[in-house]
Amino acid sequence: MSRLLSVEGLTTRFPLAGVHVPIVDESTFAIDRGEVLALVGESGCGKSMTALSIMRLVPKPGRIHSGRVELLGRDLLGLSVTEMRAVRGGRISMIFQEPMTSLNPVMRCGDQVVEAIRLHDEVSRKDALARCRELFVQVGIPDPDARLRAYPHQLSGGLKQRVMIAMALSTRPELLIADEPTTALDVTIQAQILRQLLELRREIGMSILLITHDLGIVNELADRVAVMYAGRIIEQGERTDVLGRALHPYTQGLLRSMPALATPGRRLPEIPGVVPSPAEWPMGCRFATRCQLAEDRCRREVPGATARSDNHVASCHAVEEGRAQAPAGGEPEGAAR
Amino acid sequence: MLAYVIRRMAYGVIVVLGVLFFLFLLFFTVTSPDDVARKALGERVPEAVVEQWKVNHGYDKPLFPEPGAWTDNMLVEHYRRMLTFDFGRSDADDTPIADRLRAGVGPSLALTVPLFTFSLLASIPLALLVALFRDTYIDRMGVVLCVLAMSVSILLYIIGAQYLIGRLLHWFPISGFDADPRVVVRFLALPLLVGLVAGIGGDVRFYRTVFIEESNTDFVRTARAKGCGEARIMGRHVLRNSLIPILTQVVLAIPFLFTGSLLLESFFGIPGLGAITVDAINGNDFSVLRTMVYIGSLLFVGGQILTDLSYGLVDPRVRLE
Amino acid sequence: MEAWVFSNIVVAILITAAVGLTGVVLRSRMWSNAFLSLWRRRRVAIIAIGFYVLVALLDSVSWVGGEQFGEDAVAKYQAQSILDRAFAGIRERSYSAPLASVEFYGGAPLVHPGRHLLGTDLLGRDVLHLALKGARVALLIGGLTSLIAIPLALLFGVSAGYFGGRIDDFVFFIMSTLASMPGLLLLITLIMVMGKSTFSVCIALAVTGWVGFCRVSRGETIKLRELEYISAARALGVGEMRIIFRHILPNLAHLVIITFVLMFSGLVLSEAILSWLGIGVDGSWGQMIDQARDELSRDPIVWWNISAAGSALFGLILAVNFVGDALRDVMDPRTLREGE
Repeated sequence: MSRLLSVEGLTTRFPLAGVHVPIVDESTFAIDRGEVLALVGESGCGKSMTALSIMRLVPKPGRIHSGRVELLGRDLLGLSVTEMRAVRGGRISMIFQEPMTSLNPVMRCGDQVVEAIRLHDEVSRKDALARCRELFVQVGIPDPDARLRAYPHQLSGGLKQRVMIAMALSTRPELLIADEPTTALDVTIQAQILRQLLELRREIGMSILLITHDLGIVNELADRVAVMYAGRIIEQGERTDVLGRALHPYTQGLLRSMPALATPGRRLPEIPGVVPSPAEWPMGCRFATRCQLAEDRCRREVPGATARSDNHVASCHAVEEGRAQAPAGGEPEGAAR
Repeated sequence: MLAYVIRRMAYGVIVVLGVLFFLFLLFFTVTSPDDVARKALGERVPEAVVEQWKVNHGYDKPLFPEPGAWTDNMLVEHYRRMLTFDFGRSDADDTPIADRLRAGVGPSLALTVPLFTFSLLASIPLALLVALFRDTYIDRMGVVLCVLAMSVSILLYIIGAQYLIGRLLHWFPISGFDADPRVVVRFLALPLLVGLVAGIGGDVRFYRTVFIEESNTDFVRTARAKGCGEARIMGRHVLRNSLIPILTQVVLAIPFLFTGSLLLESFFGIPGLGAITVDAINGNDFSVLRTMVYIGSLLFVGGQILTDLSYGLVDPRVRLE
Repeated sequence: MEAWVFSNIVVAILITAAVGLTGVVLRSRMWSNAFLSLWRRRRVAIIAIGFYVLVALLDSVSWVGGEQFGEDAVAKYQAQSILDRAFAGIRERSYSAPLASVEFYGGAPLVHPGRHLLGTDLLGRDVLHLALKGARVALLIGGLTSLIAIPLALLFGVSAGYFGGRIDDFVFFIMSTLASMPGLLLLITLIMVMGKSTFSVCIALAVTGWVGFCRVSRGETIKLRELEYISAARALGVGEMRIIFRHILPNLAHLVIITFVLMFSGLVLSEAILSWLGIGVDGSWGQMIDQARDELSRDPIVWWNISAAGSALFGLILAVNFVGDALRDVMDPRTLREGE
């Protein structure tokens, strides 16, 4: 498969009490054509900020500090504002976590999709509207004609997210960034929408960067997985590797605390302590404050990436030194719901 | 919709009745008709003259309903007169108040309507511009300028403009009014300029806050993610949504166009309702003052109903029920 | 009690209260952080306000008698403040320009040539002295008005928001009634019927400014009431009064302060307009500006009077506006929006 997007050493900083804190710190990962990469982590770990950095939509006062984001070999961070505008919504689309507020409340749904189409293709309003109707059918919106004319508040959360998806797909992007696309929705709707996304990916042949904290969803959808903790990607690899033979103590803890993997009747194991806030991030490995294997070196030195195989990498001194616990995690296939 | 309007108007009527009661307390109990009479006639007139004055002005009844005067008292009389728009005569010079109001509306509107229009036309684009450049030095400069402009007393603006433009530069006459539209433009230029400058700081700052608040919303992020440019986002997505809070301010201001501007009118010699009010203050003319407050609140209540109705027009989420 | 004795007592109370408040602020991490970041952003404005407060305090401590007044038969037996004493006995016969040595009209030599930094007014009073005295009046207007308005607004707003139902309906009705009368007209009317005095100006300003305060505290109380920890406290059977005093009021404190600062400049500017209408407070900057109006049409013009009063007024309002803006950013990024 060919490489679509490669992110190298991406660092995004936010000023916090006078210090510039790297909310995204030296992130490196890649997405191939047609692939679904899941970016996993607890809330506040920098997953959304990674996505916004790729789109160059980091909210102020944050700033992309360094790194490269290459789409088919072209560095997006070096593009002019106008060139970047053509990429956004054209070649990379994004859908957000909050379908309730992500649509403009005073514009009809159809008009919002039409606007997206006409920003990138020179088509008449009528043609754009026709295409919009097709998209609505494609993403599974019942009664599309009425929904074209509806205002967002007249639709349910699930329908709104479908409108968002239709808008994101309207220009046949090469990459879709889905930032917790189903978190705000009912569980039954979640499954429908995720299945739809997979189908659409096959039809259009696009790649997806799926941001989520739900390992169940990852297990069902992802080809590859990257795990983020406190601004850094600490482990990445094929889904079966990461979920089945996790290397990093954090990933292992995360997997153990999943109800589906736990032994019935036993107390759910948890990772001790809490995620440190960005102002309190430790110098060395950021997980050192909660890690049972942490030694002096972990607290001092930032761990480099250790490759277990070509496609499975973890950043952990314990893994590097071979004193990590045996790869943990259940049979991922069996864990699927 | 109709039910909503009726309910809304009913509440408006209750508020107006409340205002009238408050006015009664102020003008008949805090200051009694005797006080008013003495202010009009002088402190040392004999009791009989005061009584006669009260009879002439219809202030000679008992204040509150009491045995024998359940309907024939000042409270009932006050409500009856105000609700039937029978404002009676001025306490100070006996002219019919209604005539004065009719004469004053025209000049007031001649000043306030252009002032209102120009203010909107100037401040909203300026605020959009400042908001477009948010977090840059243009924005910071803009806010500082607004605060500077807001911190100057309107008295200083008026006196300064009259002195500088009227007296030193002789561009426009310092004060006066004329019924001829071609002449009146020259008279209105200075008060318009002053009103515009005095108000623009606060307006721009308010609209800027609204715009910036709207441009931090999720749907603006969506618009950016689909490739909208900043100018298009401001013009299409932010402006439409900002109209909702802005409307409250703007529609509410419309009724007060009728009551004119106290300071501008009296400083620049425009014989509008504002100037009439100032005359009433200087001449202890309580009945005129009372009427002006009443009319002001009538207009305000009407404006509020209008605002609520106009929400339904701009915001598809609002359904008037 | 004589007015000057009362004023001295008030100064003593204010200083004690300020010391006490400083203690509270230093002990609470939230408040001292807020103050620190405010100080970092608006150092100059805070110092400027401090200067105005200092001048006002110097003009509030007064006593009778003293050497400075010499043969002045009236001044000798009146209470004079520290500020008055600093400027004692430098009165001229009439106008003199800043730092002049002769009278402005007529050209007779001055009693104190070159001593009047900002000149003198029609009655020969030192303009710098008058301008400084205005600080006390301005702060008095803002302070006294808030002292009347804030407790009332909190009482009505909190009980309406907390208890809801009939009480809320009643308070809401009072608010809409007061709000529906044009502000400036209501202000004027209140002063006219109550008679012209500092106190009635403050009451009138409080009645008109009260509504905004009340609306804010009512809205915030409704929000707080719905919070989990308050519901939990109620479910545990904590008394209503205890909830209000322990949980609601402390959470309104920052809103009260912000609203106070934002309202303050409006109050002082309104007083200037009232002064021009002849119903303001004696000795205010507004009154100086009003008196100076005719002086601009004299030939040669007398400009220093209005400039001094105008700049003093502008300086205070500007400083307060800047601090108010920063205060809102620091303490409350969302709830309050200007213009509401």
